[in-house]
Formats: sequence, structure tokens, C-alpha cells
Amino acid sequence: MSKKNYKLEAKDLNAYYGSFHALKNINIAMEEKAVTAFIGPSGCGKSTFLRTLNRMNDYIEGFRVEGDILLDGRDIYAKDVRVDELRKEVGMVFQKPNPFPKTIFENVVYGLKIQGLKDKRVLAETAEKSLRQTALWDEVKDKLDKSALALSGGQQQRLCIARALAISPSVILMDEPTSALDPISTAKIEELIFKLKNDYTIVIVTHNMQQAGRVSDYTAFFYMGELVEFAKTRTMFTSPKHERTQNYITGRFG
Amino acid sequence: MTNAEKNRLKDKAFQVFGVFCTFIGLVILAIFLIDILIEGLARIDWDFITSLPSRRASRAGILTAWAGTLWILVLTSVIAFPLGIAAGVYLEEYSKKTRLANFLEVNIANLAGVPSIIYGLLGMEMFGRVMGLGGSILAGALTLSLLVLPIIIVTTREAIKAVPRSIRDASYALGASKWQTTWNQVLPASFGGILTGVILALSRAVGEAAPLIVIGALAYVPFVPTSPTDEFTVLPIQIFNWTSRPQADFLVNAAAAIIILLLITFILNGIAVYLRNKWQKRVKW
Amino acid sequence: MLSESVRFFSEVSIIDFLTDKQWTPLFAEKHFGILPLVAGTLLTTAVAIAVALPIGLTIAVYLNEYSPGRFRQTIKPLLEILASIPTVVYGFFALTVVTPFLQKLIPSLAGFNALSAGIVMGIMIIPMISSLSEDAISAVPRSLREAAYGMGSTRLQTAFGVMVPAASSGIVVSVILAISRAVGETMIVAIAAGQQPRLTLDPTVPIETITTYIVQVSLGDVPHGSLEYRTIFAAGITLFVFTFALNNLSFWIKKKYQEKYD
Repeated sequence: MSKKNYKLEAKDLNAYYGSFHALKNINIAMEEKAVTAFIGPSGCGKSTFLRTLNRMNDYIEGFRVEGDILLDGRDIYAKDVRVDELRKEVGMVFQKPNPFPKTIFENVVYGLKIQGLKDKRVLAETAEKSLRQTALWDEVKDKLDKSALALSGGQQQRLCIARALAISPSVILMDEPTSALDPISTAKIEELIFKLKNDYTIVIVTHNMQQAGRVSDYTAFFYMGELVEFAKTRTMFTSPKHERTQNYITGRFG
Repeated sequence: MTNAEKNRLKDKAFQVFGVFCTFIGLVILAIFLIDILIEGLARIDWDFITSLPSRRASRAGILTAWAGTLWILVLTSVIAFPLGIAAGVYLEEYSKKTRLANFLEVNIANLAGVPSIIYGLLGMEMFGRVMGLGGSILAGALTLSLLVLPIIIVTTREAIKAVPRSIRDASYALGASKWQTTWNQVLPASFGGILTGVILALSRAVGEAAPLIVIGALAYVPFVPTSPTDEFTVLPIQIFNWTSRPQADFLVNAAAAIIILLLITFILNGIAVYLRNKWQKRVKW
Repeated sequence: MLSESVRFFSEVSIIDFLTDKQWTPLFAEKHFGILPLVAGTLLTTAVAIAVALPIGLTIAVYLNEYSPGRFRQTIKPLLEILASIPTVVYGFFALTVVTPFLQKLIPSLAGFNALSAGIVMGIMIIPMISSLSEDAISAVPRSLREAAYGMGSTRLQTAFGVMVPAASSGIVVSVILAISRAVGETMIVAIAAGQQPRLTLDPTVPIETITTYIVQVSLGDVPHGSLEYRTIFAAGITLFVFTFALNNLSFWIKKKYQEKYD
């Protein structure tokens, strides 16, 4: 196992909200250019763990972590890591589509603009490339200067993915990206995830077991802040090692 | 009559009383506005607006008064807006929920309830005496800035609070710093709300007389102020001065000046209401 | 400000300040008793609240229980116009319209009096009480109102039997804030209530409030650093203590109320 190329690793990770112990001794290693799904009942810590991977929890008061999270072997909680640099490497897509109340174009290039990029040609090229990657280009190419809020929910979510891709991260975190979408939009996003894993390492939190089965290569099952089981998705869905995992997968609780 | 009938009757009676109460304030306001218009409208002409004050009512004008009001308005804006917005942003986005922040928060809310005349005393001591500005326009504008700062801070914070968490998350996730997120996302999204608060604050400042009287603004200024260190008067003080005189002619002048003052106040409030509606309609998260 | 007041109290004993029944710092025979000014202030405030509380509360109840939603949306901003008019304008109104009108009803009414200043001040603070009380009433959980209607109560019974008591702390807060506003109000009383410090409860005669006194001194030529000059800071501190206490009281009630419902 250790010879493999791991993109993201957590070592003895513990996390707390104030006195609440949210993540307990998490040890996990995620492979590069693969899709890893986190599943588990509400409040099990899967979203919390996802958000520690790009330090989105930094802004929550009373939150702290112990242990290491390694990105390409480097601890992202080390003192010399700048959190904005980290997030350019580790992009994120949220539960509900959250486009900025600006034009479609401005949304896609926002990440580049805040890095100080001003070259109009580069911005336009990147915008087109990212929108093509998310199969949105044909739908929006004539209305790039229209408000992003006018798009449908599914389009908005693909726009948010395009926005994340535009700053060329190597990891994309997705926090239940289809939970607010209809089945057709969901199918499009799943298709997209399938395509994106050729170039990106993807970590996805999902409530939907079938979705985990469809899109992921590896699945991690969380329960009460602990990582119960982590295995190849096929293995876990056919022959789970733990009884809890089995119960959850077969829908006996959740 | 049965009990139920009695109850229904009382219910109806209260409904009538409710309508009466709802409109009595507005009716009184209407009576008053009409009274003022009858009394003062005929007095308003070009001379009235462009004349200096005078001992004789028929020759007196409001040039110095509205010029002073304009000076105060501009200077107060320049001083209070950046400070108020910066303070609002700081308290909402940056400060941790420490004891100090809590203390500041309670105090700002408390300051909004302090009578304006107290600000006058404060301004007279701080700006008039300690900073040596006396009864100048600058001292007046600084005093009014203190007065409206709490309003601006509170509305700024409320507007910022209304920006959803998800927008901030999206920006942070793209590697934006706190400042970039605030500047590029939070402020533009809350701008309408902030502007509304700012204009309401201005309209408040325009109508204030008491604190300016205390810092030493004059009732009679024979010249139009040309720099922030000049002495000055404002419309409300001019109105106060004319109202306090026994001659009926001056009351007519006061009524005419009130029309002008109300016009300014209503326009400012109208803009604020318009912006608020427009802003509320546009932003649906 | 504090230092000026301290200097004042080094020359005038605080006991005299609080108990002397006369306030004549500008006369040859000086007295520094704040009581007449406090009495004047409280008198105009009491008149104002007597006008604004019943009307404001009725409006709040009416808008909440009786009126259709659209009506409420139009009437609320209209009422708020009342609060946006400069107070000097209200003063003019009190002096030139309300006082002459009241003199027809009460011939003994003086040209300057606490009554018309208080009434006009009351009109000014109606929207403050009505809109804060309305917020408090509409914050009462729906289920409570439905329970009352479900038992066959009329709207009136629901309003005053259930909603108003349930919203009482919010309503009390609105009244306290209105009192605080009335206590600090300056221009209306300076124009219409007179400048004669007098320890009285009679609203028909001229009186002087704390705020009016400060204006009166500020308009005159009182040399800086004199005892007379310092009196306005002493008066200001008194006023500040009043409003500060009222505002904090309202905070305290609000906080306690929130804890109860969260």
C-alpha cells in the first residue's frame, strides 16, 4: 500500500467544536485521480472532515484540529502554509449552488482575478475552457454577461464547478453537490464527476448511497465521528467488513 | 343581547377605533402640512432663497441657512460614511466575539439612544474647545458625524449580515483572502442596504438643530460660508430663530423655510425608500 | 464633559443640586436645584406618552389582528414619515397651531405650556411605539393566536387577552425607548414649552426642561469657564444619566425576554 501515490492523507486526526469531539482518530489515505466518497448518517462528521481538507472550518469559532492532514506529503495545518494558497490547490463545491450575484463570466474568472490576473485574453480563454469542461459552454456562451442567478439550479451548480476548475486545482471537494438538484441535473453532475477524475482528485460527500456506488472508486463510511470502514467501493458494497457499514448500506438505519 | 353579541360589538367598535388611531397621526400631519403651505408658500420666491438674513422680515432670506445646511451635509458625509462603514465591516467581519467586541456592540446601540443635545455638549468640548474649532462648520460636521455614526454602523452591519454565508464560503474556497471576500463579494452585495442607512442618517443630520446650537452655530450669519472653518447657521436653526420672534411676519418666513427643509428631508427619505425597495427586489438568495 | 461637571460639583454641593427647589443660575440670587428642570422634563414626557401609548398600541394591535397585509405594507412607511420630520418643525406646529387651538378649549392656557409641546411630541413618537410594538406582537408564535381563535375568541379578545400579554416585554421596551426619546427631545420644548423653571405638575403653564435650559444658555453669551457655563454640563450629565438608565433598562428587558423564548 505505502508505495502508492497518495494525494491526501489524514493521520491521527481529531477535531473539536469547543468541547464537542467531532472527529475521532481519523486515518485515511486517498489516491490521486480517483473519486473518494464519504458516506454516513447526518452528523457523523463526514462534512466536517471534508471541510478540514481545505481548512474551511478555520472561520468557525471554537473549532480546532489535532493530528496531520497531508496534501502531497505536506501538512496543510503547518504554520508556513498560507490558507489562500492551499485553497487554490484544493477547490470546493457546496451543497447548494452558491454563485455570486454577478455575471456568469465574472463568476468563472473570480478566482483568477483575486490572484491579480488582468489579461483579458487569458481570462476569456480560461472561462471558455472551464465552461466547456463542465459542459455549460453551449448553454451560456451567448449570455456570459447575464446574471448567474438567472440560471437554473443545475446550471448554477455546474457554474460553481467551472468556477472551481478555473483556478486549476488538483483536488476538488464536493459537499453533497446534488442534494439540492433534480434527477436530470444530478445525472449531468455525476457524468461530469466521471469525466473530471481523469485530471483531478475528487472527494465527495453524499447522502445518497446509489450515488456513492455510481461515481466513486473508494468509499469511506463515517459514524459518530469515527471512520468505521474505508475500502474500494465495489468491495464495500458487496462485502462490508463491519456490521454497522452493512446495516447502513442496506438501509437498516440512517 | 347575548354575551357573544356583546363581544362582537366590542370587536367592531375596536376596529373603528383602530382605523381612527391609524389615521389620526396622518390626518394631523396633513392638516399641519396644509397649514404650513398656506402660510409659507406665497413667501417662497427667488429672492427668499437668494437673500441674506435681515432684521426686517420681508427682506430676510435663507441663503446663508441653506448654504450652511449644504456644507454640513457634504462634510458630514465625507467624515461619517467611511468611518461608519469601516467600523460596521470591522465589527461584523473581523472582530472575534470577545468581551471587547461585545462591549463595543452594546455601547454603539446605546449611543444611538443618546439625545442629540448631549452630542452637542460633547462636540463643543471636544471639537470646539480642545481642537480649537469653535463654532465652525467643521466642528458642526464632526459633531453630527458622531451623532449619525451609530446609525450607519448598525445599518451597515445589518446589510452585511444579510449576505448569506454560502457566498463567503464560495469566495474563500477559491482562495480569496478575508479582505478580498469582503471587498469583492460582501460589500457589493450589501451596498444597497448600506446606502439606504447612510441616506437615512443624512436626512436625520439635516433636521438637527439642538446639537449645532450648543456647539455655537449662530442664528444670524451675515455672509455665506466659504470654508470649513467659517461660522455658519443651518435651516433648522434659522427656523427656530424666526419662530421664537414675536412678529407674525417672521412666522411666515419660518413656514416658508420649513417648506424648503421638509422638501429636502422628504427627497432624502424618498431616495432611501426607493433604494430599499429596489435592493430588496433584486437580491433573492 | 465629565471634567466640566466635576468642576461644577466642586462649587455647588450635589445635595443642593438634587434637593433645592429653585433653578436660577442666571440670576443675581443663584439657586442650583435641578428639580424644576427634571419636573418640566418629566411633565412633557408624561403628556407625550399619554398621547402616544394608547394610539401607538392601538395601531400595533389593529395592524396585526385586523388589517389586511397589503394595508399594513402601505401604512407603515407612511407612519414613519411622522418620525422623519425635523423636530424644529414640530415645535413650530405646537406653537402656531396646537396652542391656539387648545386655548379655545382651555382659555387659561398660557402661550408657552407643557401640554401642547407634550401632545406634539406624542404624535412624533407614535410610530416608534407602534412599529416596535407591532414587531413584538407579530413575533408571538402563530400557534398561540390560533389557539385563541380556536376557542372562539373574537379578534379583540385574542389581541388583548393573548397577543398583547405575550408580547408585553417587547411593548414595554418600545415604551421605554419612547420615554428616553421624549426626555431628550429638545427643539419642540425649546420652542413651545417656555423657559421658566418651575416645580409644577400643571401642564398649562410655561415650564423649562433640561434640554431647553441647555439651548437657552448656548444661545446667550455666557463666558466660557464660568459657573453658569458649567451648569449646562451638569444639566447634560443629568439628562445623560436618565436616558442611559432607560436605554440599559430596555436592553436588559430585551435580553431577558430573548432568553425566555429561545
